[in-house]
Amino acid sequence: MSETTPQKARVATVWLGGCSGCHMSFLDMDEWLFDLAEVADVVYSPIADVKDFPKDVDVTLIEGAIANEDNRELALQVRENSKLVVSFGDCAVTGNVTALRNPMGDPSEILARVYVESPDLNGIVPSEAGIVPPLLPKVLPVHQLIQVDVYLPGCPPPADRIQEALEGILNDDLPRDRGEAIRFG
Amino acid sequence: MRDARPSVTVTFDGEEYDAFAGESVMDAARRLGVPIPSLCYLEGLSLYGGCRVCVVQIAEDHRLRPACATTVAQDMEIKTDTPLLRAHRKAIIEMLFAEGNHVCAVCVSNGKCELQDMAVATGMDHVRFDYQAPQREVDASHPKYVFDPNRCILCTRCVRVCDEIEGAHVWDVAFRGADAELVAELGKPWGESTSCTWCGKCVAVCPTGAMAYQGKAVGEMQHHANVVIRLATARTKGQWLDPEEVG
Amino acid sequence: MAAVIDLHEVADREHEARSRYPWRIKACASTACLSAGAGATVQALEQTIEAADLVLDAVVVPTGCMGLCSRGPLVRVLRRGGDETMYQAVNKEVAIDIVRKHVRNHEIVDTNLLDTNIPFFTSQERVVLANGGVIDPDRIEGYVAHGGYEALRKAITEMAPEQVVEEIRSSGLRGRGGAGYPTGNKWALLAKAEGDQKYVVANGDEGDPGAYMDRTVMEDDPHRLIEGIAIAAYATGASKAYIYVRAEYPRAVERLDRAIRVARRNRLLGRRIMDTDFTLDVEVRIGAGAFVCGEETALLASIEGRRGTPRLRPPYPTERGLWGQPTMINNVETLANVPTIINKGAEWFSSIGTERSPGTKVFALAGDLVNIGLIEVPMGITLRSIVEDIGGGIPDGRSFKAAQTGGPSGGCIPAEFLDTQVDYDSLRQLGSIMGSGGLIVMDDTQSMPDVAKFFMEFCMDESCGKCVPCRAGTVQIHTLLDRIGNGDAVWADLRHLEQLCATVRDTSLCGLGQSAPNPVLSTLQYFGKEYEELLSDEKKEVADA
Ligand SMILES: Cc1cc2nc3c(=O)[nH]c(=O)nc-3n(C[C@H](O)[C@H](O)[C@H](O)COP(=O)(O)O)c2cc1C
Ligand code: SF4
Ligand code: SF4
Ligand code: FES
Repeated sequence: MSETTPQKARVATVWLGGCSGCHMSFLDMDEWLFDLAEVADVVYSPIADVKDFPKDVDVTLIEGAIANEDNRELALQVRENSKLVVSFGDCAVTGNVTALRNPMGDPSEILARVYVESPDLNGIVPSEAGIVPPLLPKVLPVHQLIQVDVYLPGCPPPADRIQEALEGILNDDLPRDRGEAIRFG
Repeated sequence: MRDARPSVTVTFDGEEYDAFAGESVMDAARRLGVPIPSLCYLEGLSLYGGCRVCVVQIAEDHRLRPACATTVAQDMEIKTDTPLLRAHRKAIIEMLFAEGNHVCAVCVSNGKCELQDMAVATGMDHVRFDYQAPQREVDASHPKYVFDPNRCILCTRCVRVCDEIEGAHVWDVAFRGADAELVAELGKPWGESTSCTWCGKCVAVCPTGAMAYQGKAVGEMQHHANVVIRLATARTKGQWLDPEEVG
Repeated sequence: MAAVIDLHEVADREHEARSRYPWRIKACASTACLSAGAGATVQALEQTIEAADLVLDAVVVPTGCMGLCSRGPLVRVLRRGGDETMYQAVNKEVAIDIVRKHVRNHEIVDTNLLDTNIPFFTSQERVVLANGGVIDPDRIEGYVAHGGYEALRKAITEMAPEQVVEEIRSSGLRGRGGAGYPTGNKWALLAKAEGDQKYVVANGDEGDPGAYMDRTVMEDDPHRLIEGIAIAAYATGASKAYIYVRAEYPRAVERLDRAIRVARRNRLLGRRIMDTDFTLDVEVRIGAGAFVCGEETALLASIEGRRGTPRLRPPYPTERGLWGQPTMINNVETLANVPTIINKGAEWFSSIGTERSPGTKVFALAGDLVNIGLIEVPMGITLRSIVEDIGGGIPDGRSFKAAQTGGPSGGCIPAEFLDTQVDYDSLRQLGSIMGSGGLIVMDDTQSMPDVAKFFMEFCMDESCGKCVPCRAGTVQIHTLLDRIGNGDAVWADLRHLEQLCATVRDTSLCGLGQSAPNPVLSTLQYFGKEYEELLSDEKKEVADA
């Protein structure tokens, strides 16, 4: 960012193993999104039509846990190209609902149970190289794969909490003691 | 209430207070409004000392002590809030979240849970340790209540209230280490227990969503741990406290 | 009421009986030698004696442990009024040879000769194990012939209880169960405590992996323990005692049960002991097979028939122990020192060892050493002397890397501290502990993170599960050590490992959790490089969560 013409921050949001609820909550920030647009450009997001994760991103919000190969790859790309990574919502922070499968062990057995043993006719486990990403043996919270700088729990984090966090991050004054803002669930 | 007990002078984090001789650091702190986290301690039940989140430091003694089980003494310098204590407490809360399957988003106690509260109080915004993801089966065999061991932190409040207040001793802990688990009647499904009186005290005192009424949806389960204080006071002093007062 | 045993008469008779035989063959029948085949050895000795028509010339005495277990079965051949010869690896054939050649023809069996002038024997000082390899544990006469129950007689007929407590206090004896608390002080606490019924408990749970000091005392010299208990009870006003023995020691239970019966029959236990007003009942309780049941409050719960988990202290057992009554817990080895202290005096005892750690300590020497076995050494001996002289050094041309003391609660001591004195305080300064007496020596092929993981796995499995830091923290430490061992860890993991260890150490309820991180912390301190070398390069900078 240059001194003279204040550049807009480059913000990205990504959607990994989650229900998109965190993004819905993001949209719930309503008119503050206009304020955000004043100071930041959304350079990558499931709600923007950008194919590849860009370079030199200032802040990336990651929704969802690391559940499959695609999630893994994208998360690594995010870290590579972002100054600051935010674990956005409980799935990203803890694994949450996405990780409910972990106690059941081997994902292939779970897939077989869902797609083959369930009452479907001719059930098969969907697989298509390059299209259906293979599941990882265990769902991981984001910080177990890449370094995370800020945690924003909540399922989903309420809009005002997201706003508060973003304001803090963009102004570089996120408090250490964030009180109720870190409540899970 | 007037209290005729002799008092001793102690300091909490440098501030001087009068505490009652013989009371615990925890009781004094609560009465005086000094926050000390706790999970297994419940006024009216016997001491357990298992959760360890209440650790405090006395003067420069490097041995930490559980506030719930430490008796105040004259001129005791109690530190309740140091960077070291905060770090330890947070780590303990992380351990609890990592050892069970605490999925707040789908929990009956979401928003009304003491474990969740402790995470907030200790600033625990993520767990650094590996989630152990144990496989534990929910016991929904009781017509009125459910026990979900995935959310049990083994504080034994339910064990103690059932044994000490209700006198039924349905619950106890079996096995050891990470395999330790709560069992009804030496391992029967709760619903088949013949000693359970259906009084619901265990459910009332559970700090988490491990014990709940049947049919509760996410966030609907409100526990009433302080019912124990009323019962214990009624029993020991022959007097009913105002429910409003004890919360 | 049965007659009181006449100690002198029994001793005289025993000495006389002994001198009847020109040859006495002592064969170690302790657990280690038994598992090396000592049963067949004893049988072969006896059969050959009979076949060779030597029954009037030689007698076989099965005894307790002679120490050098790795060379077993061990046999000592004693000639009346003459020399003594020790044999190693005495299998059936060698046993036959010993009788035929040595006993019949005065011809030494060279192939299996064991030189007793090696430092393994000469550097030891046997107090607790004095009768090991000497007496038949099943015969009270043998114990009495070696001065047994003389100390009890002296205590209850010549000394006031306070004098006994004072004698123990001034001897400087410290608890051998691990923590080294002054035994006399503990006795004084129980003596002072008020209660309808006081209890003494001998802690024979011995849960450290690889340790067998207490087992050896209980199996090989049960009367010594019983005598120690009786003196403790007399000094403190207790009239009931328990010996808590781990379930894995059935031979110890059997021997103790028998010894208690025999002692009672001889009025050394029971009502009006030796015709005095002193009464004491001793009962063996079998442990529940958990390491944590060695912790004194868990042990008490277990004796009471409850789940063996530690409870908060205070109140200490000497205030409120078994069934709410004042109770004192002493380790088996601690109590086994007592008869000798009373016999020979506090001054004699404190002349052995160091000023702050008087007396001897029994160690189960194990690991990468030439000589492995059970040793008793004066406190203050250097680690080097144990390793190089007694242990005979490291075999196969390898070099010393570390010595682990204190088992899962202790630490690893590197070569640079080999000249450290072995006593309570010096070991603690090095981040280890004396512990109950496990001593494992490791050569330079051992990986220290592996060693730490081994002990952490033990603690994780043995945690009672009552308190969170120990129950869940040991699991997390183990997970991290696993990851480090697999080469998947990054720098942040190493930092988390140290932090976790600190939390478990500082916040756990009982000694198990408080000391569980010691093996990790001490190996991190002295062998930190080995951990760092295992870190994965590729991810070193990431995942610093
Ligand atoms: C986890 C744990 C295990 C223990 N195991 C034993 C044991 O097996 N034998 C023993 O004598 N002491 C053991 N102790 C120590 C006892 O709590 C107690 O301090 C000791 O028996 C007292 O005897 P002493 O004063 O003679 O050493 C253990 C302590 C802990 C914390
Ligand atoms: S069920 Fe609840 S009250 Fe009982 S031990 Fe578990 S967490 Fe504690
Ligand atoms: S430290 Fe371990 S063994 Fe001791 S009480 Fe806690 S869980 Fe049990
Ligand atoms: S509240 Fe004190 S240990 Fe749990």
